[in-house]
Amino acid sequence: VSALTATIAGIGFWTDGLPAWDAARAFALDGTRPDNAPARPSPQLLAPNERRRAPGSVAVALEVAMAACRDAGIAPETLPSVFASTHGDLGITDYMCDTLATDPTAISPTRFHNSVHNAAAGYWTIGAGCTEATTALSAFDATFAQGLLEAMTQLATGTPAVLLVAYDTASVGLLGTVTHSEGLLGAALVLVRDGDGPRLGATLHDGADPDVPGPLGTYAGRNAMAQMLPLFDALASGGTRAALRAGPHRSLSLGIAYPENA
Amino acid sequence: MPALAIRAFTATTALGRGNAAQAAALRERRGGLRRNDFGPTPLPTWIGRVDGVEDAPLPSALSRWECRNNRLAWLALQQDGVLTALDTIVAKYGADRIALVVGTSTSSIGASEEAYARADVDADGVRHVPDDLTRPIVHTPHSLGDFLQHATGLRGPCITVATACSSSAKVFAQAARMIEAGLVDAALVGGVDTLCGSVLFGFNALGLVSSERCRPFDATRDGLSLGEAGGFAVIERAATGDAGLQLRGYGESSDAHHMSAPHPEGLGATLAMRGALDRAGIESADVGYLNLHGTSTPANDSVEARAVDALFPPTLHASSTKGWTGHTLGAAGIVESVFALLALEHGLLPGILDSAVRDPACGPQIRFDNADADIRYAMNNSFGFGGNNCSLVFGKVAA
Repeated sequence: VSALTATIAGIGFWTDGLPAWDAARAFALDGTRPDNAPARPSPQLLAPNERRRAPGSVAVALEVAMAACRDAGIAPETLPSVFASTHGDLGITDYMCDTLATDPTAISPTRFHNSVHNAAAGYWTIGAGCTEATTALSAFDATFAQGLLEAMTQLATGTPAVLLVAYDTASVGLLGTVTHSEGLLGAALVLVRDGDGPRLGATLHDGADPDVPGPLGTYAGRNAMAQMLPLFDALASGGTRAALRAGPHRSLSLGIAYPENA
Repeated sequence: MPALAIRAFTATTALGRGNAAQAAALRERRGGLRRNDFGPTPLPTWIGRVDGVEDAPLPSALSRWECRNNRLAWLALQQDGVLTALDTIVAKYGADRIALVVGTSTSSIGASEEAYARADVDADGVRHVPDDLTRPIVHTPHSLGDFLQHATGLRGPCITVATACSSSAKVFAQAARMIEAGLVDAALVGGVDTLCGSVLFGFNALGLVSSERCRPFDATRDGLSLGEAGGFAVIERAATGDAGLQLRGYGESSDAHHMSAPHPEGLGATLAMRGALDRAGIESADVGYLNLHGTSTPANDSVEARAVDALFPPTLHASSTKGWTGHTLGAAGIVESVFALLALEHGLLPGILDSAVRDPACGPQIRFDNADADIRYAMNNSFGFGGNNCSLVFGKVAA
């Protein structure tokens, strides 16, 4: 089985206390954290009034997506995109279920259309003026691995560059007693077929091959998207391999090669 | 793209279980909508409800995934030789080499809604999820994919695609890419969505639900009728000289316009249809039947009719079948792909049910009456919230 490959052209990252990839990398290397980190992301892609009203899922997804495009120096409207989230926006799910149980005709139309799993993908394509394809997927604790596979598969079948965005929100309310996720966590990669940057190779194989959590995996480990952090811990420290859960009995092995003089 | 052979396909809707029930109802112009009888406080509308889901619990070995959506998935999976076709490709390639890509809009959120409605309140006034619903897997979108993975024993990549009403059309595109890239050799694709409070009251809040049966492309249409459905297809790389039904192309695009309203000039719809035709390597005049998204909302149908008129010759037979099934949301892609495949297989081109007065935007392609014709290519349009569009081209190769 041939490995799928991709070059990482740009990275975006946001979590509570570490509001950018530079900050996350510094934390992974020496444990320092920036002072006065903002309480929530403020994606410049949205108009100021929308920025304040945007659900957490949309805010973090757009923030990291824009940062990754900026890092790659690639115009956002040119990129097809893959949005990966385990649960979607858990706050909106709680709102929908709570309102349906108490006063169903009071459902807010805006909250309803924001409840779709592809809400962040929709706001992204609208904000960026992007008519390229976008998808939104979930695979429980294999969501990031399957999102990465879809992005790399797009590269393998003719797309020169693709944006991968992964995020999860905090669980709240009654649903939060069954589904557990804490804080806000998102990351994005601009992946290209050819170009400068760390080179990824991915292979699926049998068995669970869990990595011991690194500094980022420990720091944000209670968010449902912590499943992606083995890759980001490796990227932060120049690590050459990472393993991601890819299903009940499958694992995605990643090899990372760095260009010289990087 | 390399053609993909369709080894089995099926749909279960308000018209019944399996393809024979779909074809008979389409031919006889017998709709499946009924007055809304779903939930404790039903809104005054019409729904496409699948009979018997309440009486069809999952086998006990799969009880961890018990919920209305997975019950419908299980019912749909038993029809039309899908499991036999799966056994054949598992024997051919191995379970590791078969992807499972399924679409849904709300998955099993009905179970989450039920947890809130039936929450126990303890002596301190704290709410608790009822014991029978403290199963995390039914409260997350991948409930559907995870259930099917365990129900079928497939071990390849397993993904739940959730792009609202384009979900189970996009599964064909994702599976086609995986097969083309050599990641897998075959795939089980499909989609399932079930009626729930979120969509009934949500679409109602947006003012998009009709109090009558929906009337796609009718000048007096005033909204959609919601429905539920499930369906699947088994696909693999077509061999040289293969006869039968095939997936020939897909096109995906974004409107970049609005979360819940279509682009006024149908920009995204046009890009998706053109992309699918280009990938199939055919001209628009080659298409014999187009199953439209045709939701019966005032905005969608006139935009879609104009986009179709700009792209296709007057000879095309295009229709929306949502008058039969209701809008089955995340299952619409697979259900209406099945209708396109039935058109190829039987020459049965459905018209539109319950519509009488043509919207002025309708070109000659929009057909209210059924027709019979032997066709080589059929298409399906599925468009979703967020301006998420997918078009598919299916073909028939004579033996």
